[in-house]
Amino acid sequence: MSESIAAYDPKVDAPAHLHPVYDYDSGPPVERGKFAIWLFLATEIMFFSGLIGAYIVLRSGASTWPNPADRLAVDLTAVNTFILICSSYTMVLSLFAAEKGDKGGTLKWLGLTILIGSAFVSVQVYEYIELIHHGNIPSKDIFWSTFYVMTGFHGTHVVIGVIWLATVWVRVLKGKYPPQNYLGIELAGLYWHFVDLVWVLLFTIVYLF
Amino acid sequence: MSQLKHFLFRITVAVLFVLVPILGVYTFVKAPEWRLWFPENVSSYGDEIDGLFHTITWMVGITFVGTEGVLVYLILRFSKKDASKANYTHGSHVLELIWTAIPALLLVFVAFSQMSVWSKIKINLPDGEYTAENPFMEVYGSQFDWRVRYPDADKNFSGADVIESAFDIYVPVDTKIVFRLKSRDVLHSFFVPKFRLKQDAVPGMNIPVWFEAEETGTYDLICAELCGWGHYKMAGKVHVLAQDEFDAWLEGRREALYSNGSED
Amino acid sequence: MSNAAIARPLGLDPAGTVHVTHDHHELGFLRKYIFSVDHKVIGIQFLFTGLIMLLFGGLMAMAVRWQLAWPWTQMPILGKVLFPETGGVATPEGYTMLFTMHGTLMVFFVIIPLLTGTFGNYLIPLMIGAPDMAFPRLNMMGYWFWWPGIVCILLSFGAQGGGPAAGWTAYPPLSTIEAAAPGSNWGQNWWLLSLTFVGVSSMMGAVNYVTTIVKMRAPGMGFFRMPLSIWGLMIAALLQLFALPVLTAASFMQLFDRVFDAGFFTPPDIIINNFSPEAGATVDSVGNATGGHPLLWQHLFWFYSHPAVYIMVLPAMGFASDIISVHARKPIFGYKPMAYSMAAIAGLGFIVWGHHMFMSGMNPSVGLVFMTATMMIALPSAIKVFNWLGTLWGSRIRLNSAMLFALAFVAMFIIGGLSGIWMASTPPDIYIHDTYIIVAHFHYVVFAGSVMAIFGSLYHWFPKMFGRMMNETLGKIHFFGTFIFTNGVFYMMHQLGLAGLMRRTADPYAYETYAHLQPMNQFISICAFCLLGWQIFFVVNFFGSMIWGKRAPRNPWKATSLEWETPSPPGHGNFDKELAVYHGPYEYGVPGVEADFVPQTQKCEHVSAH
Ligand code: HEM
Ligand SMILES: [Cu+2]
Ligand SMILES: [Cu+2]
Repeated sequence: MSESIAAYDPKVDAPAHLHPVYDYDSGPPVERGKFAIWLFLATEIMFFSGLIGAYIVLRSGASTWPNPADRLAVDLTAVNTFILICSSYTMVLSLFAAEKGDKGGTLKWLGLTILIGSAFVSVQVYEYIELIHHGNIPSKDIFWSTFYVMTGFHGTHVVIGVIWLATVWVRVLKGKYPPQNYLGIELAGLYWHFVDLVWVLLFTIVYLF
Repeated sequence: MSQLKHFLFRITVAVLFVLVPILGVYTFVKAPEWRLWFPENVSSYGDEIDGLFHTITWMVGITFVGTEGVLVYLILRFSKKDASKANYTHGSHVLELIWTAIPALLLVFVAFSQMSVWSKIKINLPDGEYTAENPFMEVYGSQFDWRVRYPDADKNFSGADVIESAFDIYVPVDTKIVFRLKSRDVLHSFFVPKFRLKQDAVPGMNIPVWFEAEETGTYDLICAELCGWGHYKMAGKVHVLAQDEFDAWLEGRREALYSNGSED
Repeated sequence: MSNAAIARPLGLDPAGTVHVTHDHHELGFLRKYIFSVDHKVIGIQFLFTGLIMLLFGGLMAMAVRWQLAWPWTQMPILGKVLFPETGGVATPEGYTMLFTMHGTLMVFFVIIPLLTGTFGNYLIPLMIGAPDMAFPRLNMMGYWFWWPGIVCILLSFGAQGGGPAAGWTAYPPLSTIEAAAPGSNWGQNWWLLSLTFVGVSSMMGAVNYVTTIVKMRAPGMGFFRMPLSIWGLMIAALLQLFALPVLTAASFMQLFDRVFDAGFFTPPDIIINNFSPEAGATVDSVGNATGGHPLLWQHLFWFYSHPAVYIMVLPAMGFASDIISVHARKPIFGYKPMAYSMAAIAGLGFIVWGHHMFMSGMNPSVGLVFMTATMMIALPSAIKVFNWLGTLWGSRIRLNSAMLFALAFVAMFIIGGLSGIWMASTPPDIYIHDTYIIVAHFHYVVFAGSVMAIFGSLYHWFPKMFGRMMNETLGKIHFFGTFIFTNGVFYMMHQLGLAGLMRRTADPYAYETYAHLQPMNQFISICAFCLLGWQIFFVVNFFGSMIWGKRAPRNPWKATSLEWETPSPPGHGNFDKELAVYHGPYEYGVPGVEADFVPQTQKCEHVSAH
């Protein structure tokens, strides 16, 4: 047997835990984490496409569809939408601060983002409570079925986003993100922007049209 | 000796692989005899479906025998113990082109040759006495029976004179029967093998279906979409009667309706 | 944390940089074998779990086959466990649960996890020359998220009133209205939750696989120097990423329909015969939202599940290609056409889902579009078959167990692919749809195809995984019986389907049309029992070889790809030397070189550097 195909010999081969580890990067020049988060966001886009697609099909197939303004507090939600969009802006500011190594600024803007996110969820919960109080539950009709599934899953995403941002905030506080490596903030930010964007879409089709 | 053993082994493998196309084709040839084949067709469009099926069967059959045959040949021919090296080639553009283009053409041909029959059966309804708005009858699936309604003299499907029955459907021969297929609860599928007819019944939908039976007789109606625990016994019968017999049957049912007041 | 050093997931590495770190920690038993982050251990965890699920799924199949051969008679052995109340005789609702569970287990807990979970995990880093996955901890979570899925599916089988009974396709309203299938109440809910967990697990895996393949290839390992296994796995992972979320969304909608009485899939005015509280009441009148559409589920389901059938075959195609090339000692014929056709299959796979719905009530004109697209997807499949044949031409075949199974994959895939053309043709599909021809078709691709490829891959990569060789004689015996009985089970299903036999019927012989089909069903069932029994040769060989097998050298098959450059089994971190890749993975029989193979790491002027 030629040497290149010699059997594993524990006496010759280094013990497994003493191997040097070779870690290559084959590009493209984007961090693994960022690459992965984009893939993840692609799956999220498909997930919401499934929900929104179902909504469009059901709505266009229905003989009548209630006017959302008659059933939902559009004004309140419009304000809520506006502040959520603002939170994307504060997220960007916190990233700028992180880039500059301004820990206080990062904490401030990130904290504001978290606050706004929580406020958004609170308003949403308030809206739900009101609606349910008036008997508008998913089993009432198909309008409410779709309403709760779409806004509910979006709300869950916001909650996850807030929790994620909060853990990032704690890590910033502990000084885990030096100016040359604040990728963790960036990833959470990407997710946050995505969640905001989906909301704008949902608000438009569920509340306005 | 080991040479011989290897030879016998190669033969065994080749036999095993070659049995697939041989027995495969044999069972298809014998299938009609074993009654493992299409039951006879009694509908006006069934022959066209069978014809398309046969054309495709010839095409895929030849491909099947050809590719499996080549595979067996290659296994037998190139599994000798041989110290020399294999042909060193990474492929051939010409061959790739050939075996892309030919199947592509065949597949496009197959696709296009389906279209007219499909339109005739599923997209368009035949010209005749019955139409989607004015169907011969209404059939609906319901866990776990088939129900049929015949309209009254004014072509209404509701009212006292509507004739209803369960499991048994009566139709006249040589008539283009258009009917509405519905479901009362879950999905079902209206399948009459001898008509070559299958269509799912969907709650909330009103699907026009048609067939024309060319021979009198009684045919199995089978539910072909899982509809619950009793799916296996959702068996109906389609009775194809001569026109006068059918008229007599309908008359009999009408009379029974008037004398009993209600049906079923 | 010793492993953080290995993956370095977040650092921006300029292309081509090599990090060398040393890993000096001994891990405890738990960290090494249970909560391991090593892709090889995780792969083997998927393997064992998947094989156990295969046994469960197989036993369900045996119960189904017993009922089809000898309906309403006492089922030996299994009957006692499955139907204790009736003394071992199947019940109609029990039968529907059996085939539902069989299908679900096989698709979501056996084939997909064995192909992507096991081999994806095991092979990707080794074949591209990476020390591990890009995100080892995410990888571990992927495995452990599969477990709640397993627990839920087991719970669903034991749920009050019985398991899910609407088939693996779970078509509503049968699956959504509890009164329609009284047996399955919580069963269906657990089923939906289970699918969600499996989905999350697959998503974690898929993100990891794609990132690893794109970002962590060894220097010189261009995309077109990757073994076809990696192509298959990468494309399958992309299919998972883009198709699976839609099923997850649909499952949630179905869950809403069931738990909150939402109306996504429920049309108005449904009356279920034994609907409570009042018989004859419509679902609307008892507080269920309506206004949905049953076909919506079918569209969403098949939007995922058609790509899913390719997830179940593309990796297998890759493995078969690699095994064939190695044991034919010849370069793969048409490497690029092979890779492109996999990509084409994946792309087209997103626009053919409607071929499962030709009879569903979907607009029949749309059916024609789906038919044409489906015909086109047969083309790349055909190209692959021709290229496998081209690879064998002029080769020097070693007829060992791995090769025999890989050849069987090709032979069987031909059958499954060709029968697809019948059912893609809409008019014949009127007759064929939902008959046993469909059952024959997908078992030829998934069982006779993918499972054969999985067996072949196990024989082929076992030496790497466990450091020992499998027994060839037992392997060949295993192959012969498996090949014969597989065909015995599935071939005649074509003819049964032509005779009109429907799937999912507990007792077909109640129909006059089917009464004469019982003897053939008995033949098939006997073959099925033999097929399962025959696997004892595999089990003995598999576990026996782990203990008594001959020690495997690094490269027992004289193969070229990178996984054979490491010890068998490889240690933590995989490679004990620095890697550089100079050419593609299929350099066998190169003229002018003494050996009949040139490893990818060996520079060689006789090999063009494509
Ligand atoms: C040559 C390519 C193929 C074509 C043209 C094709 C075509 C089809 C069609 C038209 C159907 C629906 C038939 C009906 O229900 O009436 C079908 C069903 C199915 N195919 Fe294929 N197929 C192909 C390859 C595959 C492959 C590679 C797999 C899996 C690895 C597969 C798995 C399935 C499964 C699981 C079903 C049945 C699903 C169910 O109803 O439960 N097919 N195929
Ligand atoms: Cu049925
Ligand atoms: Cu499909």
